[in-house]
Amino acid sequence: MSARRIFARPARLAAIAPYLWMVLFFLVPFGFVLKISLSQTAIAQPPYTPVFDFTEGRAALTAAFAQLSFDNFRLLISDNLYILSYLRSLVVAVTSTLILLLIGYPIAYGMARLPQRWQGVAMMLVIVPFWTSFLIRIYAWINILQHDGLLNQILLALHIVSTPVVWLSTDSAMYLGIVYSYLPFMILPLYATLSKMDASLLEAAGDLGASPRQAFWLVTFPLSLPGVGAGALLCFIPIIGEFVIPDLLAGSNSLMIGQTLWLEFFTNKDWPVASAAAVALLLLLVPPLVLYDRLQRRQLESNR
Amino acid sequence: MARTATRLTRFNMTSLALGLAFLYLPIVILVIYSFNASRLVTVWGGWSLRWYHEFFNDRAMLEAAWMSLSVAAVSATLATLLGTLAAVGLARGERFRGRALFSGMLYSPLVMPEVISGLSLLLLFVALNAERGFWTVTIAHTTLTMCFVTVVVQSRLATLDRGLEEAAMDLGCDPVRAFLMVTLPLIVPAIVAGWMLAFTLSLDDVVIASFTTGPGSATLPIRIYSEVRLGVKPEINAICTLVIALIAVIIVVASFASKLSSARGESAAPL
Repeated sequence: MSARRIFARPARLAAIAPYLWMVLFFLVPFGFVLKISLSQTAIAQPPYTPVFDFTEGRAALTAAFAQLSFDNFRLLISDNLYILSYLRSLVVAVTSTLILLLIGYPIAYGMARLPQRWQGVAMMLVIVPFWTSFLIRIYAWINILQHDGLLNQILLALHIVSTPVVWLSTDSAMYLGIVYSYLPFMILPLYATLSKMDASLLEAAGDLGASPRQAFWLVTFPLSLPGVGAGALLCFIPIIGEFVIPDLLAGSNSLMIGQTLWLEFFTNKDWPVASAAAVALLLLLVPPLVLYDRLQRRQLESNR
Repeated sequence: MARTATRLTRFNMTSLALGLAFLYLPIVILVIYSFNASRLVTVWGGWSLRWYHEFFNDRAMLEAAWMSLSVAAVSATLATLLGTLAAVGLARGERFRGRALFSGMLYSPLVMPEVISGLSLLLLFVALNAERGFWTVTIAHTTLTMCFVTVVVQSRLATLDRGLEEAAMDLGCDPVRAFLMVTLPLIVPAIVAGWMLAFTLSLDDVVIASFTTGPGSATLPIRIYSEVRLGVKPEINAICTLVIALIAVIIVVASFASKLSSARGESAAPL
């Protein structure tokens, strides 16, 4: 016990450098986003009214607060583009999460039933694509899905279709890309809960006359719900802000909020509106994050 | 645990096989096509190293590749240093003022959409009047990846037997020496895995790099990304295959490191 306390001081000192780093490069930038989201658009370089000058101290700070404007947020609400991309992000995230659950569950279930020594191999096989470049994996699909790509060639050769089908720049291609990229995020938490499950519960269910199907729906599935929740949130949260996949695979007629932010920033060069979109995106993330945090905490407690 | 009741059914095997095929087939196809001699991606013109040759003669691509590799190496090293220190602070520092804020800051970038991280860092760099290029991208990547390093190292520290440190101190080590001589060697595999993870994450990033880089200093993913938007080029297949090969080497090293740690009788490092 005493050793612990002696350890605490140097350990706290060790944390100083990373602490300062995170404050400077994470917290402070965030303040800028908030500030600029509340400032007026100006036609200048850089294109927003100046952020307050640190050298002027307090007076500048209050002056800056006096000019805060909610115009950008008003624009977000009044312009259809933003509401639509906000909603589209939600719809895409919910739909992809459901598809991921449908595909990921059987895979995780199969993994959990493998003989012990094969489970490690299977897990490694699922993790490897997660390490492999995400951009390259999306690009691999473009190779397959493009107009004269492999998929159309196979379909033509088998006489399933007579003219090439348009796969790229469709919502289906985007969903395929998202499901492909996030599948490991869904499988791993599901596998974690399924493999920890006590097999004697299933035996007991069988002894009491349950068919395998009944045993699954009455025992296995309810017990795996924490994993289902964790996997779903682990996918849902990053998909909301997704930019690269919809940009490369989906059509350009409707955007997700991450794309809108990107467009406002790089194409329209409207930094304040981009910042406001960033704040809106963050607000969209708060409920699933709180939920995830609560779920994790409950799981930790039940493990104790 | 008794596993007699949980026999593998045909359904289990099929879903596993299909799942793994789904995960790997596109990558395998990409690698095969990178050796295609034909300019048309669709026509198989026999095996050839033509596109690799093309890549090694493409100055702009090579510069981007070099930029990416050096950003990844420097930022992964910085991130490993800072992330390990942060993990030690969190795991061994017990309570200190601002601990909640600290761990909150360290966990947020894991879930924060990259567009937001990129935008906010750019706004900071603009406010600081920093010239954008190698260092701004490196700082951005360090900030993002050190959080992953912290998670990996911290979970390793959490499973470590504290009795070892205490024994070392009973034998006369001061806390810092006890850490350096006993704890550090035990968490080296996690630190190595953390570095590898940081390196591959940096090598992969398009979004944050796009926000934080300056004109004329594009990373490889940024270049690939802009090429891909214009359509598939066989040269890109070759570059992607090279990146996959590099990452494969990293995975082998990382899994070797974690196997080394489990051979010592401890649980393997996460990831």
